[in-house]
Amino acid sequence: MHPAFSVILFTTSHGAGYGLLALAGVLAPLGLLPQDPWFGFATMALALGAATLGLAASTFHLGHPERAWRAYTQWRSSWLSREGVLATLTYLPAGLFGIGWVFAGRLDGVWGAFGVTAAFLAIVTVFSTAMIYRSLRTIHQWANDWVPVIYLANAVLSGAIWLNMLLLLFGRPWPGFAWFAAAAIAAGWALKIAYWRYIDTTRHPSTAGTATSLAAYGEVRLFEAPHTQDNYLTEEMGYRARPTFVRRLRMFVHLALFAVPIALTAATAMLPPAIGGAVMVFVFVLSGAGILAERWLFMAEAKHTVMLYYGRRRV
Amino acid sequence: MTSLPPESRKKLGLVIDLDTCVGCHACAVNCKEWNTGGHMAPLTDLQAYGAKATGVWFNRIHSFEAGTGENGRTVHFPKSCLHCEDAPCVTVCPTGASFKRAEDGIVLVNEDKCIGCKLCSWACPYGAREYDADAGVMKKCTLCIDRIYNENLAPEDRVPACVSTCPARARHYGDLGDPDSEVSKLVRDRGGQDLMPEMGCKPVNKYLPPRPPKTRAAAIGAPEALAPAAKVGTAILSWLDKRLKR
Repeated sequence: MHPAFSVILFTTSHGAGYGLLALAGVLAPLGLLPQDPWFGFATMALALGAATLGLAASTFHLGHPERAWRAYTQWRSSWLSREGVLATLTYLPAGLFGIGWVFAGRLDGVWGAFGVTAAFLAIVTVFSTAMIYRSLRTIHQWANDWVPVIYLANAVLSGAIWLNMLLLLFGRPWPGFAWFAAAAIAAGWALKIAYWRYIDTTRHPSTAGTATSLAAYGEVRLFEAPHTQDNYLTEEMGYRARPTFVRRLRMFVHLALFAVPIALTAATAMLPPAIGGAVMVFVFVLSGAGILAERWLFMAEAKHTVMLYYGRRRV
Repeated sequence: MTSLPPESRKKLGLVIDLDTCVGCHACAVNCKEWNTGGHMAPLTDLQAYGAKATGVWFNRIHSFEAGTGENGRTVHFPKSCLHCEDAPCVTVCPTGASFKRAEDGIVLVNEDKCIGCKLCSWACPYGAREYDADAGVMKKCTLCIDRIYNENLAPEDRVPACVSTCPARARHYGDLGDPDSEVSKLVRDRGGQDLMPEMGCKPVNKYLPPRPPKTRAAAIGAPEALAPAAKVGTAILSWLDKRLKR
């Protein structure tokens, strides 16, 4: 599938923002995060800013962005619509939670409940983002249960990296949380390795034979394509990433999103906050590049059944 | 509403004969001709005379080779929307632009509601939908809804453009929900096939498989073997033959 930058930015930025919101929404009411309104402001601004940037990016690739509001209507059948509804709905408790934390200085009672509600909705929103892809039976690399689990894991690990960075930048180190963040990244790494093994060793059940109904006659080969130039289908669904590039980019993801962030985030549990803060800013940037590469591969490595009509025998 | 309607009794669709299709692309050309002025008009072409010409078509004709040796064959394969009973392109639509008609099962796009998110084209296993980058909306085969119900046309012309133009009569249009219709009989008699049945979309359109190859002369009404020509060699004819051969 064509790796559109708008979709990559949408899913990564929105996922990380809501991952941070989910962590803050649960940890702050439990009294585990600083009550400092400035810390609250920075956390909520980063979480909702990233989520809003992602939502805005999701409209960039639309043919008619001015009609995007119509996407709120079909939540009964469409995961894309559910995602839009949930993403928007989350702003309500998240906004109230932010107001309580930053302006009222309250994280208890109903203000805390807003945080927990926002956290719950944020997680469900990220799940429905993943389900947009999980529900497409046409794409073997997306229609599997690794996909929603990895989307959730990536949201939590990104949010944990961001929260650990904020804690250290505000001079409020919490070694226990640094260890948690490192463990979350490690869990995400294990899931991604398992996913890559899955897509490397399995294929879609459809073949050129079943696509043409000619399987009974023997192997089916494309003799002549219907058109000599690319069309929408071959450009959108026929994207072919060079195998050497895919290999190198996977290696980059192993290092930038997982291996290096695990080591450095764990190290911040033991470093003085000033140094730890600088380290986490570096991890923030590096893992950001890593997750963009991870999501680029998620798109570029996905193969659509329509290409069985254009010369591929398996997808 | 992008939830699918209850199963319709009427299931309008096409039956395509892979045995007789000659791969002339006339159905695709007539489809383009009609529909660029029809319900989903225009079928935009971009850089039509440039180096990278591209455009929207509802019907594409692929050609495949299947098998090898004596049983190998070349099969011309027209592909357009299959108007699936369980159409995934409809249920993924976030706006209600993509819908399946309850009365006859035709799958359509309401262009005024389409936001151009392209998700329906990702959900379709068959590549039946093509995005119009100029209009910013998704387009697809309408089963020539503006012909089949058009009372301004002569009754014999109230069929999809692709069907009316096929010189090999490889395309048949009718109600596949009616077991007694001509198309349903064709599907029964010839063993009509679904494309990618494993996807579970339950396509309405069916494909008739190529018939077995005719390997014996008698099968096409010719003598089983030709009798050797009678020997009429005389010296004069032989001499004449040599002269004429020069």
